Order: sequence, then C-alpha cells, then structure tokens
Amino acid sequence: MSSILEVKDLSVYYGVIQALKGISFHVDKGEIVALIGANGAGKTTTLHTLSGLINADGGSINYKGHELTKIPSHQIVTFGMAQVPEGRRVFAEMTVLQNLKMGAYTRNDKAEMEATLATIYKRFPRLEERKNQLAGTLSGGEQQMLAMGRALMSHPDLILMDEPSMGLSPIFVNEIFSIIEDVNKDGVTVLLVEQNAKKALSIANRAYVLETGSIAKEGDAKELLNDEAIRKAYLGE
Amino acid sequence: MSFLTYLINGLSLGSIYAIIALGYTMVYGIAKMLNFAHGDFIMVGCYIIFSVSAALSGNSVVGIIVAIILCTVLGVTTEFVAYRPLRGAASPLAVLITAIGVSYLLENIALLIYGADIKSFTSVVTWEGVSFAGGELKIQGVTIITILVSVVILIALQLFINKTKQGQAMLAASEDKGAAALMGINVNRTIALTFAIGSALAAVAGALLCSAYPSLSPYTGAMPGIKAFVAAVLGGIGSIPGAMIGGLVLGIVEILSKTYISSQLSDAIVFGILVVVLLVKPTGILGKQIQEKV
Ligand SMILES: Nc1ncnc2c1ncn2[C@@H]1O[C@H](COP(=O)(O)OP(=O)(O)O)[C@@H](O)[C@H]1O
Ligand SMILES: [Mg+2]
Repeated sequence: MSSILEVKDLSVYYGVIQALKGISFHVDKGEIVALIGANGAGKTTTLHTLSGLINADGGSINYKGHELTKIPSHQIVTFGMAQVPEGRRVFAEMTVLQNLKMGAYTRNDKAEMEATLATIYKRFPRLEERKNQLAGTLSGGEQQMLAMGRALMSHPDLILMDEPSMGLSPIFVNEIFSIIEDVNKDGVTVLLVEQNAKKALSIANRAYVLETGSIAKEGDAKELLNDEAIRKAYLGE
Repeated sequence: MSFLTYLINGLSLGSIYAIIALGYTMVYGIAKMLNFAHGDFIMVGCYIIFSVSAALSGNSVVGIIVAIILCTVLGVTTEFVAYRPLRGAASPLAVLITAIGVSYLLENIALLIYGADIKSFTSVVTWEGVSFAGGELKIQGVTIITILVSVVILIALQLFINKTKQGQAMLAASEDKGAAALMGINVNRTIALTFAIGSALAAVAGALLCSAYPSLSPYTGAMPGIKAFVAAVLGGIGSIPGAMIGGLVLGIVEILSKTYISSQLSDAIVFGILVVVLLVKPTGILGKQIQEKV
C-alpha cells in the first residue's frame, strides 16, 4: 500500500515548551490509523499542525506528494484533508444545514455539493430532521455527527478526527465508532485520535502511542490491544 | 404634533448612530476588537465629500462615491498595517491602544490639512421634505432619506450575511476562526472584508450626519463614534439587529431628552441608560451569552 500521509521529524513549540519532539508516522491509503495517548501528550497539537492551524517548527508533512508545512490552513482542505476538531466546534449560531454548507465552502459545483449533502443525510438521518435547527441547540452526540458531516462535505480523502467520543453517552459512542468504520469502508482514510484507546484500537488497522510529544510505540492495532504495557497504561487494566 | 416631529428626528439621528454602530459591531464580532478609530472614518468621509463637492462645484453624488471608496481603502489599510500584526498579541490592550492611536492620527492629519476652523457642510440631500396637517408637521428631506438609507442598509446586510457564501463565512469566522479555517475560509481576507464594509458604512453615515448637522471639524466623528459604540453595546455587541435597535433607542432618547428635559443633561441620560441596561442585562438588549471557546 502507498502512503497518503507521511510525517517526518515533526516538531512544534509553544513558546519555549516543546509539545512535539520530532515525531514521524505515516498513514496508508484506506487505513484507519489510531493515535492514542494520555491527556496533554500532543495529539491535538499533531492534528492542528497537519491542518495548518499551528505552524511546524521543524520536520515535514507530505500529503499526496504536497509539502503542507508552508501551506496556509484554509488551503489545506482543498488538497482533500478535513478535520473533525476536538470539542466538535460546530458553528452554534448557524443552522445544521448552514454548518454543512460551510463544510463545502471550497467546492463550487453546486450539483455535486447537493449530491454529497444527500449522502450525508443518508448517513446521518438525524441531521436532515434537524437541518433548520441552530447547531448550538443539538445534543453532544448530534453535534459530533454534525462535525463529522461537515468535514465530509469537503469530500476528503483523509479525515482527521480528534476525540470524537469525548463526553458522549455509551450509545452514542458505539454509534460514532460504527460510523467511522462505515466512512472508512466508503474509501475515506482515517487518522483517529482517541483517549478511548480500547475502542480506537478495536477498529484501527495500525496505531501509534504518543507520550509527552514523542512516539513511544507503534504497531498493529490488534497487537497493541493485547500488549501488556498498553493495557496497563491506557486500557485501565 | 411637535412630539411626532421630535420622535421622527430622533429616529433619524438614531438611524445614523445605527449605521455607525453596525460597523463597530461587525468588526467587533469578527476581529474581537473595538475599532476606536471608527468614528474618525466618518470625519474622513465628510472631508472627502466636502473637498470633492467643492472641486466639482457642488456635485455631492460623486463626492459620496469617492468618500465610500476611499474610506473602504482606509479601513482595509488600517486593518492590514495597524491591527493585523497585533492579532494574537499577548494582550488585547495592544490593539485597543493602537486603535486610539489611529484615531488621533486621523484627527491630526485632518487638522493639518483643513485646520481647526469649522467648515460649513452643504447637505447632500437637496429635497426639502414634506409637510402634513397644513404645515404643522414638517419632515425634512434629509430626515426621511436617512431613515430610508438605514433600512436599506439593514436589509442588504441581512441578505448578504444569510444568503451569500462570503456572508456565511463572516458568521462562521466570528464564531470560531480555527474551525472556519478548517472549512477553507480565508479568515484574514474575511476580516478585511468586514473592515471594508464597516468603513464604507462610516462614509455613508458621515454624509448623512453632516447633512443633518452641517458643521465639519476634525472632531466631528468623535462624539457620534462614542455614541454609536454605546448603541452597539446597548443592543448587544456583535449583534447586527442589536446595533440597529441600540442606535434607534439612543437617537430617540437623545432628541426627546434634549427637548423635554435639558439639552445639557441629554448625554448624561444617554449614558445613564447604558449603565442601567448593562446592570440588568450585561450582554445588551439582544446580546448572546458570552461563551469562552477552548
Ligand atoms: N495553545 C497552547 N499554548 C501552550 N501550550 C499548549 C497549548 N496547547 C497545548 N499546549 C500544551 O501542549 C501539550 C500538548 O497538548 P495537546 O496537543 O492539546 O495534547 P492532547 O491533545 O494529547 O491532550 C500539553 O502539555 C499542553 O498543555
Ligand atoms: Mg487533545
């Protein structure tokens, strides 16, 4: 398989504090890759740097042959990389439909956009039911679906998800993870950041473990799921 | 009958405050900064109309168009040169102080060019107006035009924000710049567009203000600027309908209290109302609950 994303020696500082200490990882086309780690390990920083919200202080991000570190954040989505940010960050004062249309902001073909919207409504019937409701009035799980639908509206090849299960009830958590698998089956590559390591490892192909800004471990997701140290540190066993 | 006249005059003054307040509130909504130089853009617009009209022997239409264009350029340039470099600065005070600096700069440039003496501004509205009830109720042309213009501006802005992609991008960026950037929205350009619209509106407000109160000095924009800021806060800063309501309330209260209470006290009453409203509802009349985003 070929890499769709290849990150090398990525380092990021917040002032004098180094949040990413030269991490390297790759995501192959069609995979679900999990990035797990404790609170403050640098997972969100990694995704923000990939999307250009934070500037890299060193290293490279190669996405489908493009070097992304020098590209402004608003252009990155046009390369086919979308992000479902931590805490969902839907536009609370806008309706569900307006949020979804924002996801397709860089797409100019209206007919194509309508077709994508139809597939998203099919995947998330709840969003269609509530399309004229303000996003801020949705429940947490619904907002998570909206954030996913919004990211999918850009028709990405790679979708970055930052803790999609955070703060959700168990029923929603299961639903969100099965949606991630469905999205992946439809051909979207997924880089999944999670604190719910057990769930993430159970749907991922491969995984990386991030510890205070460095990759501490990597490998096949099923093997990591059975790894003694991982079970102790991240699965609470 | 005279009460009705005062009410309509208040509505007209309020419309001018509202147009200025729209610029304040839109810029605040997206850039999260108070552009204290906003009032001075009004003064700049007035001097441009004054000079162009003089050069073209009284043609104010060209003057208004030139003023709108140049104020737009001034707004975008100010944002780019003075405010953008400070975005994300450690303290939000940095950009606030810069805005005050820009305000003094503009006033002093006007002072250099035009001097301190008050210029007599020729109204851009030549229409006399209408009389009702056998001349008992007389409404001036500029009063009517001012109210109409503000209604047109409000409708146009609502359509722009709700129906166009750029307008929606503005809303999105006002809420969450990072999430907006993830959507592919060029946040810097969207902020520049907001300054452009706000500054163009300042030029329009200037034309109307100086037509209703035809004396022009380098400080012409300062007090209306502060009043419009009060209007924006009163209505709920960041809210477009709020700016409109706040402006109208302020204008009506100002004229009525000048007429029926005391012209010296009217400003005190205006600011008193602000204090009372903020005590009861800190976010203003239409203000939303302020949410801290992580
Ligand atoms: N804006 C910021 N300024 C300074 N430090 C930050 C900032 N954002 C994150 N950090 C620090 O960087 C480290 C990694 O944070 P983050 O990427 O959010 O971790 P995670 O998503 O894995 O919980 C943490 O120590 C955090 O405190
Ligand atoms: Mg995080």
